[in-house]
Amino acid sequence: MTDERPLVKRHAWPVRVWHWWNAVVVIVMLMSGLMIFNAHGRLYWGQYGANTDPAWLEIGSTADSGYLKVGAVQVPTTGVLGYWQDSTGAVQRRAFPGWATIPSGYSLSAARRWHLFFAWLLVVPGVLFWLWSFVRGHVRQLTPTRNELAPRHVLADIRNHARLRFPAGQAALKYNILQKLSYFGVIFVLLPGLVLTGLAMSPAMDAAWPWLLDVFGGRQSARSLHFIAMALLAAFIVVHLLMVVLAGPYNEIRSMVTGWFRLPPERADAKAEEVA
Amino acid sequence: MSILTRRAVVGAGLAGAGLLLPGCDRLDQSPAFRETLRLGERVSMGAQRLVSDRTALAREFDGGDISPVFRSNGTRVPGGTDYAALMADKFANWRLRVDGMVARPLSLSLAQLGAMPVRSQTTRHDCVEGWSAIGRWTGTPLKLVLDATGVRNTARYLVFHCADLYGASPYYESIDMIDALHPQTILAWALNGRMLPVENGAPLRLRVERQLGYKHAKYLMRIEAVASLAGVYGGKGGYWEDSNDYEWYAGI
Repeated sequence: MTDERPLVKRHAWPVRVWHWWNAVVVIVMLMSGLMIFNAHGRLYWGQYGANTDPAWLEIGSTADSGYLKVGAVQVPTTGVLGYWQDSTGAVQRRAFPGWATIPSGYSLSAARRWHLFFAWLLVVPGVLFWLWSFVRGHVRQLTPTRNELAPRHVLADIRNHARLRFPAGQAALKYNILQKLSYFGVIFVLLPGLVLTGLAMSPAMDAAWPWLLDVFGGRQSARSLHFIAMALLAAFIVVHLLMVVLAGPYNEIRSMVTGWFRLPPERADAKAEEVA
Repeated sequence: MSILTRRAVVGAGLAGAGLLLPGCDRLDQSPAFRETLRLGERVSMGAQRLVSDRTALAREFDGGDISPVFRSNGTRVPGGTDYAALMADKFANWRLRVDGMVARPLSLSLAQLGAMPVRSQTTRHDCVEGWSAIGRWTGTPLKLVLDATGVRNTARYLVFHCADLYGASPYYESIDMIDALHPQTILAWALNGRMLPVENGAPLRLRVERQLGYKHAKYLMRIEAVASLAGVYGGKGGYWEDSNDYEWYAGI
């Protein structure tokens, strides 16, 4: 049986290449970054912050349990954060467990080597992709319009996503408002934010570009913002993968590999068109 | 219709993640791979030096920004009878040797260092682990000591030999001449208006403000000008570089 739904070109080659490149680079950055955090599992606001200064976030351990403390709220995390067993069964008290870090056994120097090498693999293609996006109008495809940003429109799109009613027909060729907000947010806010807060933690860059400290409010604030941006990026990846699986992984992955996407037919009831 | 079922995709994803970690650990075992990753250090150093003026200053803070407690890290009191003897008479018999590729080797007492022009700076100390502490440092600009000793222009690095031992290995660090001649690079003998506490490196420590904490050698005994780091201890330019594979360039 042949499929009569049309195959359409959906993703340009720079999008596809950068996507799969980042699928590797971002995961390495995330996991090596968690190991770097393991060297000091506390976050602060301001210019300075060390063990005797108040931390707004801490991953730590008591004699026999692990905990995550955010502000005044403390959550038990035994087995996952702060207190966990490594592959040999030995108890470890580092913040993030071995299965989530690169390398899996504690090594700040190795994690820094991974992180600061892959940072270049993130930044150089990232800057090229940015330039391409602005020159070839990709950024316009991802920029929400005023109408799309109306609360009624956003709510309707959230309802459609929640009911797993994904855009069909011609609407499936354009980014919907939730996609625009998340992709625009990741590409033009989170990723550059991660790079700049990362640079703000470098003592040499703080001397070269003192404005980094002013923009982020100090090196320890930059470290906190770097961590928060990382958490948002990790959340994006989880939701993104979930959406790919729910929307039809074969068609979605093919379109990101070959560029070709099989257009789902317009629904008879066309309720999804409410948001259009 | 579709060759890939959802379960297959999820399964493949999990298997991929499961392979990634042991794969990364195995890659780390390979010296060739580690050397590849080490390119990042050289590229970062080159890029940072490129966008940065040689004399670009680290941020200097107001007195109100000083950390209530300046965390001590690494050695808190060097062991051994030699250091104990120096400490017993408040470092009156301590001398800083300056030698190696120099025209006039020196042996300087704290009083002699203190008689030279002084620089004070309230700067941030950034540990490689991630924490920061701000303190007011007072000391002798390293450049003045180098001018007095007449460093030969074939010298490329300064090696800082320290009194503290890690097991049998003495702590040491090294910097190049760009950082050595930087106006904020000082040999500090005071912290927050008081003589340097033992836990922070008494009687003298290096401040090299555009690099991470492990470069700021404490308990200084000797400064040696060298053409190459290859023959010095483990050859990588510092105790942590030799023992734990930390990067020699710690500007990031």
